[in-house]
Amino acid sequence: MKSKTSFSKIVYLKAKIEGDEIFRLVSALFALATILLVGLMVYELTRGSWLSLQKFGLWFIMGTSWDPVFTLNFGALPLILGTLTTSAIALAMGVPISIGIGLLLSEYIPKRLGFFVSFMVELLAAIPSVIYGLWGIFVLIPFLRNNVYPYIQAVLGSLPLFSGPIYGGGVLTAGIVLAIMIIPIISSVSRDVLSAVPHSQREAVISLGATKWETCKIVMSYAKPGVIGAIILGLGRAIGETMAVTMLIGNKFKVLPSSFFDAWYTMAAIIANEFTEATSDVYVSALIHVGLTLFLISLIVNVIARLIVWRTLRLVKGVSRG
Amino acid sequence: MMDNYRIRKIKDRLMRILVWSSLIIAMIPLFSILLDVFVNGARAIDMDFFLLPTPTVGEKGGIANAIQGTLITLGLASIIGVPIGIMSGIFLSEYHDSKLSQPVRFINDVLSGFPSIVVGIFGYVLIVSVIGFSVIAAAFSLAIIMIPIVTRTTEESLRMVPVAIREAALALGIRRWKTIIFIVLKGARKGVITGILLALARIAGESAPVLVTMGYWRWWFSGLNRPASNIALNIYLFAISPFENWRTLAWGSALFLILMILGISILVRVLTRGKYEW
Repeated sequence: MKSKTSFSKIVYLKAKIEGDEIFRLVSALFALATILLVGLMVYELTRGSWLSLQKFGLWFIMGTSWDPVFTLNFGALPLILGTLTTSAIALAMGVPISIGIGLLLSEYIPKRLGFFVSFMVELLAAIPSVIYGLWGIFVLIPFLRNNVYPYIQAVLGSLPLFSGPIYGGGVLTAGIVLAIMIIPIISSVSRDVLSAVPHSQREAVISLGATKWETCKIVMSYAKPGVIGAIILGLGRAIGETMAVTMLIGNKFKVLPSSFFDAWYTMAAIIANEFTEATSDVYVSALIHVGLTLFLISLIVNVIARLIVWRTLRLVKGVSRG
Repeated sequence: MMDNYRIRKIKDRLMRILVWSSLIIAMIPLFSILLDVFVNGARAIDMDFFLLPTPTVGEKGGIANAIQGTLITLGLASIIGVPIGIMSGIFLSEYHDSKLSQPVRFINDVLSGFPSIVVGIFGYVLIVSVIGFSVIAAAFSLAIIMIPIVTRTTEESLRMVPVAIREAALALGIRRWKTIIFIVLKGARKGVITGILLALARIAGESAPVLVTMGYWRWWFSGLNRPASNIALNIYLFAISPFENWRTLAWGSALFLILMILGISILVRVLTRGKYEW
């Protein structure tokens, strides 16, 4: 009896070896590898920042000193603020432009022309971060320093946010370049969700005598969650952007900059700027800790954004089918 | 009544202008970057640029060692990343009824939005802390950036192969795995190649993960367990340096990199003409 089962087992196994079960299993394993990779990332980043985690604990994200030379005291609050501020500037400038492009592509221009336009916008995403930085240093900074910032200061200089010396590089410059860099992702995703709005919606509004813009408003309100998801995706990009920011923000650790024109730091920028020069173990560990913090923040942002975009696309498609 | 209509019409015109101007505003930096890189880069490029390694201060030099290092690093990254990407793409497309596929797709989407510097630090803790700054560590980090791109395009292009073709193959008694590899994957090879090219274009421009896993290397490639020079990272180091000849090389490298990436994206456009909308 026993030998019989093992014999049939062998036959079964042979069939498996010959084919499909194994292939299925292998491809599933590879697919699983990506999930494991993210898990491993959490583990390894935690391991790498263990020294810092032990020493500063969760207070790390509230700390405001960064002294790699004497006290070896590290805290990330100014870095987090720097990241959030530059990202907020980027969103404030980038979002209206991106949604405009998204609307243009989905509502205003024919598909054939849209193909070309989206290729141009896509090129913005294809340009490497480090080339944005290079262009920023040698072209944008001199331009802003000589032709833009003095005028802004002349008009708004009475506000503390726009007073103080102008170096060229700084918070606002980094924000401007980030705004350019997040345009492709926000405009492409919002174009997708806007195009997914069923035609019946547009036809209904047009038949009531609406103008093009009024139709757009209806379409936008229909796709609102998706557009919000697109904006959050853009936020995710801005938070993680490294090289361009580290080349343009001035790289100064301070709790708060004196103005928009002042130098500052972001989480990603400090890692790029100091990682290879970090000497002590605690210093390296603190930088990895900053990386862990950045990882968690961008994980949360990306998960929220993807969930929203997924749900909207599915919802909208579901309606159009039914 | 008439006034209301006129206001609505004016508003409509105004918004049309605003929507178009948003495109124009976005195109200004694009053309400025391309123009500056082409003008300044063209000045830097001559024969020496392709034949000599990184110079010391004041000497003549080129990016030959960086081209070599970049090709080796990208090659190794593809060896690691492409099989994983293609296999998970196959899994997502051919076994999409599996419970695993939705989470995998989701994680892939999330992974593609991760900051590349974090991926670099992951490579640092996992590999650099064991064997030191090396091509292997950099290639590993870049491979992780490749995976979601390859997975996604593979899945999309496999899905475009009609189900009837799979059924026909299975009806002939061909095993499912053979069907997938020799018939479905072969039919979708254009799309798969597109994905690999896109991923290569992306990682060719990545400098943050390279910085933390490989550091700076001015010499020729000397083994996978040691650092190698990298074009994208060179642009950063040259740009922030005070030396005139290095800054010139930064523009030259930028032009080289952009031509490479533009070439790839145009190739991708030609390969996928009419297939994808974007």
